[in-house]
Amino acid sequence: MSLANKEIGPPVIELGVMGWLRKNLFSNWYNSLLTIFGVYLLYILIPPLVNWIFLDANFVGSTRDDCTNEGACWIFIRQNIKLIFYGLYPTEELWRINFVYLILFISGVYLLIPELKYKGWVGAFLLIIFPIICVIMLSGGLGLEAVETRLWGGLFLTLVIAGVGIVLSLPIGVMLALGRRSKLPVVSILCTIFIEIWRGVPLITVLFMASNMFPLFMPEGVNFDKLIRALIGVMFFSAAYLAEVVRGGLQAMPKGQYEASQAVGLTYWRMMTLVILPQSLKMVIPAIIGSFIAIFKDTTLVLVIGLFDFLGIIQFVGTNPDWLGFSHEGYVFAAAVFWVFCYAMSWYSQRLEKKLDTGR
Amino acid sequence: METDKSKIGTFIFNRSVQGAFYQLITLGLVALGIYYIVTNTARNMLERGLASGFHFLGVESQFDIGMTLIEYSPTSTYFDSFIVGLLNTLLVAGIGILFATIIGFTVGIMRLSSNWLIAKIAETYVEILRNIPLLLQIFFWYFAVLRALPKPKQSLELYDSFFLNNRGLFIPDTVFGEGSSIIFYLLWLTIIISIGIFIWAKRRQNRTGERFPAFYVSIALILGTFLISLAATGFPVSFEYPELKGFNFKGGVKLIPELVALTFALAMYTASFIAEVVRGGIMAVSKGQTEAAKSVGLKQNLILRLIIIPQALRVIVPPLTNQYLNLTKNSSLAAAIAYPDLVLVFAGTALMQTGQAIEIIGMVMGVYLFLSLFTSLIMNLFNRFMKVDGER
Repeated sequence: MSLANKEIGPPVIELGVMGWLRKNLFSNWYNSLLTIFGVYLLYILIPPLVNWIFLDANFVGSTRDDCTNEGACWIFIRQNIKLIFYGLYPTEELWRINFVYLILFISGVYLLIPELKYKGWVGAFLLIIFPIICVIMLSGGLGLEAVETRLWGGLFLTLVIAGVGIVLSLPIGVMLALGRRSKLPVVSILCTIFIEIWRGVPLITVLFMASNMFPLFMPEGVNFDKLIRALIGVMFFSAAYLAEVVRGGLQAMPKGQYEASQAVGLTYWRMMTLVILPQSLKMVIPAIIGSFIAIFKDTTLVLVIGLFDFLGIIQFVGTNPDWLGFSHEGYVFAAAVFWVFCYAMSWYSQRLEKKLDTGR
Repeated sequence: METDKSKIGTFIFNRSVQGAFYQLITLGLVALGIYYIVTNTARNMLERGLASGFHFLGVESQFDIGMTLIEYSPTSTYFDSFIVGLLNTLLVAGIGILFATIIGFTVGIMRLSSNWLIAKIAETYVEILRNIPLLLQIFFWYFAVLRALPKPKQSLELYDSFFLNNRGLFIPDTVFGEGSSIIFYLLWLTIIISIGIFIWAKRRQNRTGERFPAFYVSIALILGTFLISLAATGFPVSFEYPELKGFNFKGGVKLIPELVALTFALAMYTASFIAEVVRGGIMAVSKGQTEAAKSVGLKQNLILRLIIIPQALRVIVPPLTNQYLNLTKNSSLAAAIAYPDLVLVFAGTALMQTGQAIEIIGMVMGVYLFLSLFTSLIMNLFNRFMKVDGER
């Protein structure tokens, strides 16, 4: 058997773990140096963090005196979990919030499973009937005891603000984008001014405006709830951002699509709803989800006008004399929850992007 | 009869007539809405005894502000408090932008490193920082880190000149003695000369093709003149170091903890977005460009300087300015930790005292709006300037 017949593999040094290490971590002297620096960085950061969060942490007990270990005192979170998740919502009425979560969860799972049919109906239910259920269940009516919005709080309030902001701002955003692209100068100018004003100012000033100026705008005797004022502010603010995202999609649409729809005699609204919008919205789904993530993070700002959202309640709980000095635990917990929500959304958007990318 | 009908028909279905009709309706609705709001507001203000207008700006404010860059006291006017807030906003935005750029570019380039570990560390940084609300990060740095620092006596120190404690960050101050003005004049002069050298070198290269190391020459010129003039005038510039006197530090520059926390959080958060912008910009330069540059024999550093960076910058600069703008707008979160910025001082305290909601919020929004529109104007000019011929 001659040597030539044998298959000669690559040199051992480029194979397996050693090869990978050589290629990716120690390819030349400065890469080796960087690797050593990176390992050192991880060494000084990770072990203390893991010790604090898990190994040395306190999980069992009910008061601060039970926190005897050096690590984090998670008892603080556990004892206040009801406040953190639901705010001051009456305990005996909590099932109403959980019921809404349950409906949302079931329909969400239904929509995510690719094999199931009648998704359009479920979607329509979520968009039209579900909001009505939410309003009745959460604020009262139809025999349910009324719960004032000043008792709403915690993660629940954050989800309400973000949810309402997201659901209402999308249609307004689409309308604004169409308006800005309109051939009618008055419509286009008005929409442009509206969009640019909201995009040009920070959300915090919008919220200040909502809480200080809206009451002046209203006729006598009409007094909006603080939460509704904040919701209106958040809604317009995010609608302006979404409008620009949607406009990007409309602009990316090839001109032929417009011309073809006009050639077959579609009216403006038919052309938009049947041809242009479905395609251009699909194109900008990742950017839309990016805006949703931004709205979700921005909801934390409502605490400056005195609403106790998730972060606000964490701040509030930390000032309780029984639990002073546990702000680290509160912030780390809040950060973890926010991170999970935002990362899940961005992961979903990346997955969607791959799925929708039909190789154009 | 028949023709009349069709005339009416063509009139109704005429595109431009329809357009005018819709526009008229829109305009009418908007005008009606504005009229409704204005009348309501006028009546409400009358009821609350509020006078509209900007007369309040000249009135004594009667409140003090914790950090001011200009002279300010409770006897100053509301307009002065507006200026103080504006300057504080610009200060925090300026420092934040500087650090966000440095961190952002570093992390963005790290993400493209061929070193797996470094790229992963940079990716983790980006994914963690940008998925946590900024306000939470500000709270963390302010309440959990800076407020938890030791008292001035047990400050963390660096080289005996930087001190960090729960009262803030203390850094050395530069003191300019007699004769230091001549150094500045010389500095300006050398900078102008260097610009001249650049122009001359460019012209010469266009004419003869010969390169002139303008960059190194001007650096040497500026630094050399600076050092020589320093030595010649007997080092009139000195540093004043902060010193512990009693319970607090005296001397040097004191940066209040609110400023430090806010700048830190803004810089770290915005850096995670800038890193993505930088990464995208560099990746947008196609590989063929590098290969072509190599094949015409350019050296590695010239490829970077002449081929990759100019093309990447075209992609990077517009979203980068957008991030700068975001940082400036986000600096309004200062209100939540009581850093006296424009929103806290003017839309907070001044509004509470005067009740002039419309004027005050209008002014504050106007400032941010002006910054935004100004920036997008500059960006449009930049894009027009950078447009390559034949591009869409």
